[in-house]
Amino acid sequence: MKVSYQWLNEYISLEGLPAEELAEKMTRGGIEIDGVEQLNKGVSGVVVGYVKSKERHPDADKLNVCKVDVGTGEELQIVCGAKNVDAGQLVPVAVIGAVLPGDFKIKRAKLRGVESQGMICSAKELGLNDKLLPKEQQEGILVLPTGTAIGAPIGEVLGLDDEVLELDLTPNRSDCLSMLGAAYEVAALTGRDVKLPNNSVLHAAIKTEDYVSVDVQATGQCHHYSARYIKGVKIGESPLWLKNRLMAAGIRPINNVVDVTNYVMLEYGQPLHAFDADKIPGGKIVVRPAREGETLVTLDEQERRLEPHMLVIADGNAPIALAGVMGGASTEVTGDTVNLILESAYFDGGVVRKTSRQLGLRSESSIRFEKEVDHAAVVPALNRAASLIAELANGLVAEGVVESFTREPKPAAIHVSLDRINDYLGTSLSSLEVRTILARLQFPYEMDTNDVFTITVPTRRGEITRDVDIIEEVARLHGYDNIPTTLIHGDAIPGALTKPQAIRRELRKRLADSGLYEVVSYSFTSPARTALFPVLTGDAKHVKLSMPMSEDRSVLRTTLIAQLLETAIYNRNRRNETSALFEIGSVFHTREETLTKLPQEKHRFAALLTGNRKEKAWNEAPAAYDFFDAKGIVETLLSVLGLSSKVSYAAANPEHFHPGRTAAVTLETADGPVVIGYVGQLHPAKQVEWDLADTYLVELELAPIYELADDHLVYKPLPRFPAIERDIAVVVDSAVPAAGLTAVAREKAGELLESVSVFDVYTGERLGEGKKSVAMSLLYRHAERTLTDEEVTSLHAEVVQQLEQSFGAELRK
Amino acid sequence: MKERLEELRGEALRELQEVESQGALNDLRVKYLGKKGALTEILRGMGSLSAEERPVIGGVANDVRAAIEAVIEEKQVAFQEAETNRRLAAETLDVSLPGRALPTGAIHPLNKVAQEIEDVFVGLGYSIAEGPEVESDYYNFEALNLPKNHPARDMQDSFYVTEDILMRTHTSPVQVRTMQAKKGEAPIKVICPGKVYRRDDDDATHSFQFNQIEGLVVGKGIRMSDLKGTLLQFVQQMFGSQAQIRLRPSFFPFTEPSAEVDVTCVQCGGHGCRMCKGTGWLEILGCGMVHPRVLEMGGYDPEEVTGFAFGMGVERIALLKYGIDDIRHFYSNDLRFLGQFARM
Repeated sequence: MKVSYQWLNEYISLEGLPAEELAEKMTRGGIEIDGVEQLNKGVSGVVVGYVKSKERHPDADKLNVCKVDVGTGEELQIVCGAKNVDAGQLVPVAVIGAVLPGDFKIKRAKLRGVESQGMICSAKELGLNDKLLPKEQQEGILVLPTGTAIGAPIGEVLGLDDEVLELDLTPNRSDCLSMLGAAYEVAALTGRDVKLPNNSVLHAAIKTEDYVSVDVQATGQCHHYSARYIKGVKIGESPLWLKNRLMAAGIRPINNVVDVTNYVMLEYGQPLHAFDADKIPGGKIVVRPAREGETLVTLDEQERRLEPHMLVIADGNAPIALAGVMGGASTEVTGDTVNLILESAYFDGGVVRKTSRQLGLRSESSIRFEKEVDHAAVVPALNRAASLIAELANGLVAEGVVESFTREPKPAAIHVSLDRINDYLGTSLSSLEVRTILARLQFPYEMDTNDVFTITVPTRRGEITRDVDIIEEVARLHGYDNIPTTLIHGDAIPGALTKPQAIRRELRKRLADSGLYEVVSYSFTSPARTALFPVLTGDAKHVKLSMPMSEDRSVLRTTLIAQLLETAIYNRNRRNETSALFEIGSVFHTREETLTKLPQEKHRFAALLTGNRKEKAWNEAPAAYDFFDAKGIVETLLSVLGLSSKVSYAAANPEHFHPGRTAAVTLETADGPVVIGYVGQLHPAKQVEWDLADTYLVELELAPIYELADDHLVYKPLPRFPAIERDIAVVVDSAVPAAGLTAVAREKAGELLESVSVFDVYTGERLGEGKKSVAMSLLYRHAERTLTDEEVTSLHAEVVQQLEQSFGAELRK
Repeated sequence: MKERLEELRGEALRELQEVESQGALNDLRVKYLGKKGALTEILRGMGSLSAEERPVIGGVANDVRAAIEAVIEEKQVAFQEAETNRRLAAETLDVSLPGRALPTGAIHPLNKVAQEIEDVFVGLGYSIAEGPEVESDYYNFEALNLPKNHPARDMQDSFYVTEDILMRTHTSPVQVRTMQAKKGEAPIKVICPGKVYRRDDDDATHSFQFNQIEGLVVGKGIRMSDLKGTLLQFVQQMFGSQAQIRLRPSFFPFTEPSAEVDVTCVQCGGHGCRMCKGTGWLEILGCGMVHPRVLEMGGYDPEEVTGFAFGMGVERIALLKYGIDDIRHFYSNDLRFLGQFARM
């Protein structure tokens, strides 16, 4: 909403309150002022001139030499290039010494040999927003209406000595979509009085009811409809003061009748509509839902297909306007219109909103109806418009208003005590302070002996319905700055992270400290990307957005590694071949084609390694990431979470992973072993397709980890007795997993085996085809005493024997 | 015998004078002083000496031994010194060459900032509540006093999945879920961090996906002044003890009264600069007293308890904190960007 400072000054005195100061005051009071625009963009010395004569320039086809009277008694000769300049016009003249926007100074000049003592100006040259002017006024010089005083400063004539406040209104303050609303707000802030416009109607000796009938059939959607009949109007241009105000508010002047309806809408916030009465048979107005298949050509000459949820104004049979949104072309007020039916109504906000959204048709009218108008302004606005039309278009206003109420406005009565206000805000306001604020708001109230207020809220502030709404009014007018700063009283409760939150932080910290970079990727992705790793989605489907911004971001991610790959490719394209990335976040799975319940959101952890673990340096050769870097991440993290003994790895061959370099990660849970994810190399075919170096991927489900992680660290006493270490190398078939060997060793040796680790794996001709040698180091220790060499030797021999039995292992000598 | 000893001394000292290697020195030690060495050899003849001569010759022999040992020791030290010098010369490094770095990665700046904010509130006794990113219309809007067709829904353009399911547009639904889960029990003190989604054309300051952290406090006698105090504590911990706040009346459907909160400009300290457009203030969060309708829908009696809520954008705070010029950097995950956060 654009509010002209000078116009506002008519409803409330702004004396001693310059626009900038007013803007700051309003902003701090809750009506944010986005900016204060000076209408005068730097015009001075421009006056109204009368073009007495126009002659063709002797040496230039496109120039005219005009004799202009600017009221000084001296006739000015001005060369003008505008096509539309003509003798008899009143025009803005920048005389010698005048300044135009952009600090453009007017000097004595010669144009093609002819002296020019000034310049006749166009709207644009005066810095006006010429988009709101008729086309011919945009192209040439600005022609002023007859009767404009010669010699008058143009700033006065065009209302340029004004500033416009741009109100950025929150949805609850639609009351300020009007000059009067803004005036009430300023009154609340300053304690000054509001002056209401004159809306007394001098009516003619005819009666509205003889010309107009109103039948509201859609009682739920139209709460109040009122109409007046105005006879014998003379359609023409509006006076400049009216046009200036409309333009300052950003509204295009059309003709005197339409301009008045818009003017009054700006004044009261109540949209009005004028129909050409002679186009409505019998003056019969019906307010009803649109019928299936009906159409209406609106004022913008678009044919609109209507639906039954839309509300229309109809004559006896067809729609003539879309209620609250836009009028129809068939009953438009044109130059030939003589008689009017003037409408002022209260249409339901929801209905108007839905219609306007569906048709993509937002108007000054629909914006106001959507947020609910003021019941109490419907008839006053109608009368105000009627009186202005009588004045400006010489209409004869018929006596009486034809109206239909389907819902009586009932001002809300709200009870709130002084204690409640102070308890809520933490203030210690006195009863007098609260009463002062209510008085400034012009909210009538009563107060009982216990300082309980009963407040009758005017309908113009329809959003105020509860005690807290009143408390807010008190708070903002008292000033948020004046509310004290306190601390919550009562027992302090300790804050803490939940186990999953603590685990995620631990993972982040460990990974970042180990050289990986955390990524936050978009949750929206393409269907193709969700299909990349079916093993990570199982039989779940992806979730589709109903109106995506693009195909690329049309569904929710089902895996994290697909997103990490996108990041790796992005960085590769920026000459970063090496990426060590991880992400912790949700993926979204559903089993439904069309969601009837929320999808499953699964927290996951993923990592990607590609390129070099070690970059080349003066003292080191480069080393590429390999499978065991990725696996090492999983092992380390699970070990940090106390899960080492519960996890196992088995060769796996899921789609788009390297078939020989991928493992399923299995966690032993209360319900048995569960595969919680995969670690492996990206399939070489995909790697080549995306032009990446060897790439290793990890994706793990976090829920089972959250559940099983051991976050309770307990100290174990240091060993008091020495350990005995024995190394062993066995030759087995290549297919035998090393983990199988160590597991058997652990099982056989039992408690005495403290640890077993593989320290060498060797394949070579000497061993024969399909064979490998695995060397392990076994550490034996007894917690209570020193082991004897004999004990260890015999136990170790049993281990060797078991390896021979289980795997056909041969001891390597 | 005495002559032979003197002769030996002369010979040994002469030979030692010329010795040039540790090996040769060892050989000479054996040759003269060893068990089978020349000195021992001579001393074997002591038995044939008279009792008077024996101590005299013994004394001479000791002198000779001491003289030879002294020279050997002297040579020994010289050789060791030379050896050490040789080694030091050989081992000299170009210390200007770079060392082996410890691995350094980084937590994403959004999570870094979020964790920092979380830590402040956990320190103030808040717990962290989480909820789904795909939400029902009920939790995202209706239970927050935003019925269908409410004009305030225009404030947030949403990504719908179905008519009743959408990507949450704020983390406020977690507040409702928290209240419902608490079943009327007070107090509640939580913050709700997480990703949210709004239909927005991406540009330097807008992203369709972003992160919010909201806070909710519900209890007996919670006042708006407590909200101000809490926010002041927060900004002072986050931006330094000189930071001040300013509340401006605003509107959110789920709070009443509502306010936008400005913090002293982090760049100019409130004097006015380009970052704060000369005002000295930066808008960082929205807040208010929990609307009684929201309390009711959460299962609380607004006559019994009151509450406050606040919400901020993590991106906004991170942009301000690090002076980042484009919000899109957070989601492109360019390593040249992420790499800058590998430090304190």
